[in-house]
Amino acid sequence: MSERLLLSADSVPRLPRHAKLRFDRARDCWIINAPERVFELDAIAGEVIQLVDGTRSLAALVDELAAKYDQAPRADIERDVTAMLQNLADKGFVIA
Amino acid sequence: MTDQADVSVSAPTEAAAGPSGSRSRLIPYAVLCELTHRCPLQCPYCSNPLELERASREIDTDTWKSVLSQAVDIGILQAHFSGGEPTVRKDLEALVEHAAKAGLYTNLITSGVLLTRARLDRLRDAGLDHVQVSFQDTEAGNADRIAGFRGHAKKQETARMVRAADLPLTVNAVMHRQNLHHLEAMIAMAVDLDAERLEVAQVQYYGWALKNRQAFLPTRDQLDEATRIVEEARVRLKGILAIDYVVPDYYARRPKSCMGGWGRQFLNITPAGKVLPCHAAESLDFLEFENVTERPLAWIWEHSSAFNRFRGTDWMPEPCRSCDRREIDWGGCRCQAFALTGDPDTTDPACEFAPHRQVLEMPVGEAGGEIPEFVYRRIGNS
Repeated sequence: MSERLLLSADSVPRLPRHAKLRFDRARDCWIINAPERVFELDAIAGEVIQLVDGTRSLAALVDELAAKYDQAPRADIERDVTAMLQNLADKGFVIA
Repeated sequence: MTDQADVSVSAPTEAAAGPSGSRSRLIPYAVLCELTHRCPLQCPYCSNPLELERASREIDTDTWKSVLSQAVDIGILQAHFSGGEPTVRKDLEALVEHAAKAGLYTNLITSGVLLTRARLDRLRDAGLDHVQVSFQDTEAGNADRIAGFRGHAKKQETARMVRAADLPLTVNAVMHRQNLHHLEAMIAMAVDLDAERLEVAQVQYYGWALKNRQAFLPTRDQLDEATRIVEEARVRLKGILAIDYVVPDYYARRPKSCMGGWGRQFLNITPAGKVLPCHAAESLDFLEFENVTERPLAWIWEHSSAFNRFRGTDWMPEPCRSCDRREIDWGGCRCQAFALTGDPDTTDPACEFAPHRQVLEMPVGEAGGEIPEFVYRRIGNS
């Protein structure tokens, strides 16, 4: 890595090799394993992260969530999802 | 090798979005598997106990495999393979494969001096998720003097092999008064080696490091300069290199949340199969530790007297008991309280409200003075 990743609508986010997503039955939530870190994801973050698979753009990912949760404005979803994934990107747990 | 990085192997939890909810029962996050105490290096701050376990007492491959399976069953998410130098064990690939297949996140904590590219490829193919390589300094002469072994050049080669093998890399740098002047160079080296992560771990003073305290403890000014450098680098390298920073307790106002609390997140298994709440816990010589060859891991975690001795807040004295941080720092480090005061039930002297806070005055007052010779970590030197 040589410069900071800034996510945009066109970015196709994915997890780097050192971050592993899985559902943890003991804690009943989705988690990301990373070096000396465990991110326990709440239900919404768990929904989002399952779509972070290197095939969907951020815009497509937001479209899918907006279709599923049609009571929430798309702009709000986009803002929240971008903030969440940028936070993970800044920690090196999402790449694009 | 097992170095001071292990202090932070407590898998601190973070909620990526929203609260993760409270848990009614304790589920551990990580197990540190000390496969052996054998190590070609002799770092004078080694986190291994003063009484090193001999090779003949090491538990075998099948016992480790059973332990790893049991770890998954009690909710553990991560297995750290450490030592000593874990690559001394010829069954490392088999253990990594077993752990990975069971669903554990696997991390190799190594000095790097014995690794070949072929073995790294085998470990990767066995499912290894991450490699951490320790460095003693950026300058070979000083690094090799601190390690008591000529290995700095090989460590750099190994770090590059790790990245060439497409494995993620953490550079672990234990810093102290004899190498802090190279901190900026260490950060640059981590970037140059294409590490994802750098651990800047100031020496913590237990066991071997306590024996060598005067040789390692920086002055307040050295520490403040290091903190400034790390804070500047974190901003400059955001999204490029993650930097974890451990400051020495002696200059803290509040103790660290040692292991995320005694018996709350973490367990450590020694080469002989003893199960400890932290890697230094054997220094609490009044505790009795259970062994994986005699009891199930789940029973040890839940019921053993050692894990319950300082669990929660019931054991706490004042000022911890009525402190609003009692469930944040959990009273600090029990090993440190015992080593410095002789009382394992007292507040960690790293807390400014501790009744024994004055025990830090002498070492802090003498910091920056004459540098004594190292007491190197090796059998017979304790």
